[in-house]
Amino acid sequence: MGQFLSRHRILLPVFSLAVLLAATFYMQPRAMSYFGINLLFNLAVPIALATVAQMMIMMVNDIDLSLGTFVSLVACVTATFLNDSPLLGVLILAALILTYAGMGAVIHALDLPAIVVTLGMSFVWGGLALFVLPSPGGTSPGWLRALMTVKPPLMPMAVVASILIALVTHFLIIRSGIGTVLRGVGGNARSVARAGWSVVRLKALAYGLSGLFGVLSGMALVGLTTSADANIALRYTLLSIAGVILGGGEFIGGKVSPVGAVIGALTLALAASFLSFMRLSPDWQIGAQGAILILVLTARLIFARRENATG
Amino acid sequence: MQQSAFEQDAPIVALTDVAKHFGAVRALDGVDLEIRPGECLGLVGHNGAGKSTLVNVVNGGVAPTAGAVAFPASGAAAALSAGVRSVFQELSLCPNLTVAENLRISHAALKGPGWRRAARAEIGQSLDAVFPGHGIEADATVDILSIAERQMVEIAIGFADRGAEARLVILDEPTSSLDAGIAEQLMAHIRRFCEGGGAVIFISHMLGEIFAVASRILVMKDGKVVADRAAPDFTRQGLVDAMGHVAGDATHERGDQTRSLGEEVVHTPQGLSARRGEVVGLSGLAGHGQARALAQLYLGTTSSWRATGRPQMVFVAGDRTRDGILPLWSILRNASISILSETAKWGLVDREVETRNAEKWKRRIGIRTDDMNNPVLSLSGGNQQKVLFARALASSAPVVVMDDPMRGVDVGTKQDVYAMIRAEAASGRTFLWYSTETEEVCQCDRVFVFRNGRISAELTGAELTEERILEASFEMQEA
Repeated sequence: MGQFLSRHRILLPVFSLAVLLAATFYMQPRAMSYFGINLLFNLAVPIALATVAQMMIMMVNDIDLSLGTFVSLVACVTATFLNDSPLLGVLILAALILTYAGMGAVIHALDLPAIVVTLGMSFVWGGLALFVLPSPGGTSPGWLRALMTVKPPLMPMAVVASILIALVTHFLIIRSGIGTVLRGVGGNARSVARAGWSVVRLKALAYGLSGLFGVLSGMALVGLTTSADANIALRYTLLSIAGVILGGGEFIGGKVSPVGAVIGALTLALAASFLSFMRLSPDWQIGAQGAILILVLTARLIFARRENATG
Repeated sequence: MQQSAFEQDAPIVALTDVAKHFGAVRALDGVDLEIRPGECLGLVGHNGAGKSTLVNVVNGGVAPTAGAVAFPASGAAAALSAGVRSVFQELSLCPNLTVAENLRISHAALKGPGWRRAARAEIGQSLDAVFPGHGIEADATVDILSIAERQMVEIAIGFADRGAEARLVILDEPTSSLDAGIAEQLMAHIRRFCEGGGAVIFISHMLGEIFAVASRILVMKDGKVVADRAAPDFTRQGLVDAMGHVAGDATHERGDQTRSLGEEVVHTPQGLSARRGEVVGLSGLAGHGQARALAQLYLGTTSSWRATGRPQMVFVAGDRTRDGILPLWSILRNASISILSETAKWGLVDREVETRNAEKWKRRIGIRTDDMNNPVLSLSGGNQQKVLFARALASSAPVVVMDDPMRGVDVGTKQDVYAMIRAEAASGRTFLWYSTETEEVCQCDRVFVFRNGRISAELTGAELTEERILEASFEMQEA
């Protein structure tokens, strides 16, 4: 019974993606090809990485409102420093990850609300991004461009990358011992502390992982778009939160699913394409995207109710 | 002192003149204590006597203000490495993880590939050892387990291998949500564990359990140890007297012979009914539908879009942190939330009425605080529960629903509350009272015994005895 329930958390995101995919193929049969699928999910790769980054934070009961600006900053650094002087670029990116880890430690040690700290940091990241790249431009490093446009056999890059991200984070968060302890922090931080763990370090680790995936997201984005802009990923903040929730995660309680989060990100990316295929005016698209989100969440609520009734 | 084979061994933990002050409050005031292998120390005292602080000093959760804590037997510097384990009163598992994963939290040495299998085996073994026939899967997520099962898992984690032998296990109210059979299994395991050279600190408000399992009893009062003797040297009455509250079994007389009850005010399709001025008990084994019946009744009566301002029913929660306390609010706000709609003027809170209400109930129910504006979490568990009682009784609602409200409450508080319930019932209030303690249920006018989610017996007057209740709890199982 317990096995079934924990599995059936993932069923809904899978089902939502399948339905949306089927509808898209019905509207536009030509999308059902190697090239078509790659086009549909191309931009989902950075979103999936950002969603995983957000999930790391939500796993420890916090929320990150700075993720969009952080990814933008990373994109700017990637398109400038990483391209022009790789060593300096790598150092800057490593420093950004460490800053994220430090932010987690400070939030826990001083008992600050993450929502306020990250909101504040979003202005810092945004400012730095403008400082690095005042006007849109820059160039993607050649190897990154090559990596993001590689054409593996059988499956398009976007699908391979998504599966890879899901597998790696699943092992990291769900299967590994330290991932279990990290989820424990979200479930009951006090009991983790009593068992002799340093919660400050664990939170720093969770934020550091988030920073790492945020950096990967920004780099993937530049690899796809070939140039950057200080506002390139602003919508990632909300997209990533929506992705985690769509994927079966919860705001509190350490209930997260990496596989679900990746699927949630794919669903969100697909929803945009689907609405374009429906020839919906762009004015309505954001509203329609919201409607899809509400629909999925309603379905989940009904599932959860039933679970409670039978459990 | 008890003469045992382990007497000459070095103590597992030794406290010398330990004191702990929280501001002006002396939670511990010069305590000396040694616990040797093979001992089961029963720790009793009313709420706020310093029991929790004492065990937190022993397990390293709290640093003492003065005095020294040492672990001579192991020579370790910290409680965790000395083999001291704690099972806390408030359930402290991670609800989002599985049973096996929760073990991983406290057993850091489990790592590398295959740690899950090892964790499953270890927790399974421990559960089997303590609670044979438990039926808990190692892969079940904790939040789908019942409260009793969670408690069982927590105890099993306390006794589990975890790479190093457990030397001293602290059990804080371990049986508060277990039924009698499971509690008996735990007692048997504690005895085996102590015979094997382990030691246990056992905190319970059920004196019967203390006498059943403890080899030595420590009585605390106001942060001091007032008695510390071998268990056989105590009598039940002596123990209660030492705690400083007058309580006994003599207060069993019921007013129902003289009191005439009013008309029926509660009736559910399930068969549950209550009349005005009646104290109706719900009993049976834990988790057999009593709490659900009360919740259905309460939510069904009060969840209306058109609130009338005068509530028909109020609820006293047993699971304080989940259903009762508003943790960020002051004691005063917590107590007065039930009367806001009745006393509000033009939709605004009447501060004066609120304050008067708080002062009145602080006096009547004896909430131990110097200022009702203190945060509610500054109170001890039993006093928080008193606040919940005050909240319910302050409202004008004619029916009070209580979901095992005495969980982890000390004997003295219980007697105070019993008396208050009697008085309120005499003035025409109706109480529906679910309790896991048979002794409590026997004080009711009428008792419904639940079994498998249904009412299996309705007992009144002379039929209302512990034997009859037990009979009804188990009856259908035998058939």
